[in-house]
Amino acid sequence: MADASIPLIVSDIHKRFGDNEVLKGISLEARKGDVITLIGASGSGKSTFLRCMNLLERPDSGDITVHGEPIRFRRTRHGREPADRSQLERIRTRLSMVFQNFNLWAHMTLIANVIEAPVHVRGIPKAHAMEQGMALLERVGLAERAHYYPAQLSGGQQQRGAIARALAMEPEVMLFDEPTSALDPELVGDVLRVMRELADEGRTMIVVTHEMDFARDVSNQVVYLHQGMVEEQGHPSDILTNPRSPRLQQFLAPRGR
Amino acid sequence: MIDFQGYGPRLLEGALLTLELAVLSLLVSVVLGLATASARLSRHAVLRLPAVLYTVIIRGVPDLVLMMMLFYGAQIGINQITDMIYDRWGLDIFINVDPFVAGVITIGLIFGAYMAETFRGAFLAVDQGQVEAAESFGMSSWLLFRRIRFPLMMRHALPGLGNNWMVLLKTTALVSIIGLSDMVRVAAEATRATHQTFLFMIPVALGYLVITSLSEIVMQWLRKRYNAGFEETP
Repeated sequence: MADASIPLIVSDIHKRFGDNEVLKGISLEARKGDVITLIGASGSGKSTFLRCMNLLERPDSGDITVHGEPIRFRRTRHGREPADRSQLERIRTRLSMVFQNFNLWAHMTLIANVIEAPVHVRGIPKAHAMEQGMALLERVGLAERAHYYPAQLSGGQQQRGAIARALAMEPEVMLFDEPTSALDPELVGDVLRVMRELADEGRTMIVVTHEMDFARDVSNQVVYLHQGMVEEQGHPSDILTNPRSPRLQQFLAPRGR
Repeated sequence: MIDFQGYGPRLLEGALLTLELAVLSLLVSVVLGLATASARLSRHAVLRLPAVLYTVIIRGVPDLVLMMMLFYGAQIGINQITDMIYDRWGLDIFINVDPFVAGVITIGLIFGAYMAETFRGAFLAVDQGQVEAAESFGMSSWLLFRRIRFPLMMRHALPGLGNNWMVLLKTTALVSIIGLSDMVRVAAEATRATHQTFLFMIPVALGYLVITSLSEIVMQWLRKRYNAGFEETP
């Protein structure tokens, strides 16, 4: 039995799309308060790995354990599937994801987006969820935009809204899938600032990112993926300043400022 | 006041019957269409195959032929079953296919196939990212359908849905052949008796126009509702 105090343990994840094996056995352990950044070239499998953690992608093998509870799988003709939908749904409520393309629900206002899952999935009374939701929007600087629809907001505002939506679930681990990659450069700062604050207050976060400054300054662990495997990992001050692997050296080199 | 030569009340009753028939058939076809579209988009072949067969067959055969087959065929089928029950257990049951119910089922069945295609296309147009977001927050399939996929899909389905509704409404005129006194049948009877075609057919045409115009109001409301959050409605 895995240690129940550890929010998320992912071990030996394999995933293939057709003939292409994108993940070749990756493991990761997120302890409470960890901020782990996953870096690597596009195609290295970092987003797929993140999406395996909440089963948006079904790993072909490997285990995912949330607070000591392993997700149960069964074999079907379509491959390996979660054995118990309700267990999967319950576990997913404890891991919130923030997407590259925000993925706010377009037919709902911002505040409706934020309270949707708390009210309908967690069963929190609407009035209470509203109060909480407004406080979260306040936090990310969007209180006065609460009744706007996503299409009426800038990318940066949508992403901060999406972070508020993720926070509203009171997740134990937050998963960020390239949260700033779809943003205009001048909008990136606001989103990163919010993420920094979350890290500072001790949230457990796993972040797929190309923002090396964020990786260096905010995370306490950097995992460099190359062709579906962990090439190097460690504390940012260590591996980002003194990368041992030639591939990571090369990956970091053109970014020198 | 125009003199309908005593046919006025029956024409009104016929119009009401047309409306009832159309609305109930619409309900049946929407439910069938949603179920069929979902089945066609399922990854299970057991669900996909019958859904494909249903849409291909229904859309490939004239409505009139289907209506005759279903109405008379269903009665014959039911008679055979009741005969068998009588032979075997001596129970004498008589079930008469009610033309109204038969009409609703037939039209619902026909338009269910068209609705299925409309809904299928609309479901495919829904942004998968928003569905994934809902999944990632632990929504069950039903909740996800009800709160996310359905409302997002409806925006894409509405134009086709409105179209199907118009055609469905006009198709109800076919029920006169199975003995229902819809407004077309009443008008046809009246025309035969009085030889005044336009006196009866013009009000019937206007009757359909009134219903379609009123449904435009409903469509407007639906568009407003399901376009909320997207571009302003024209």
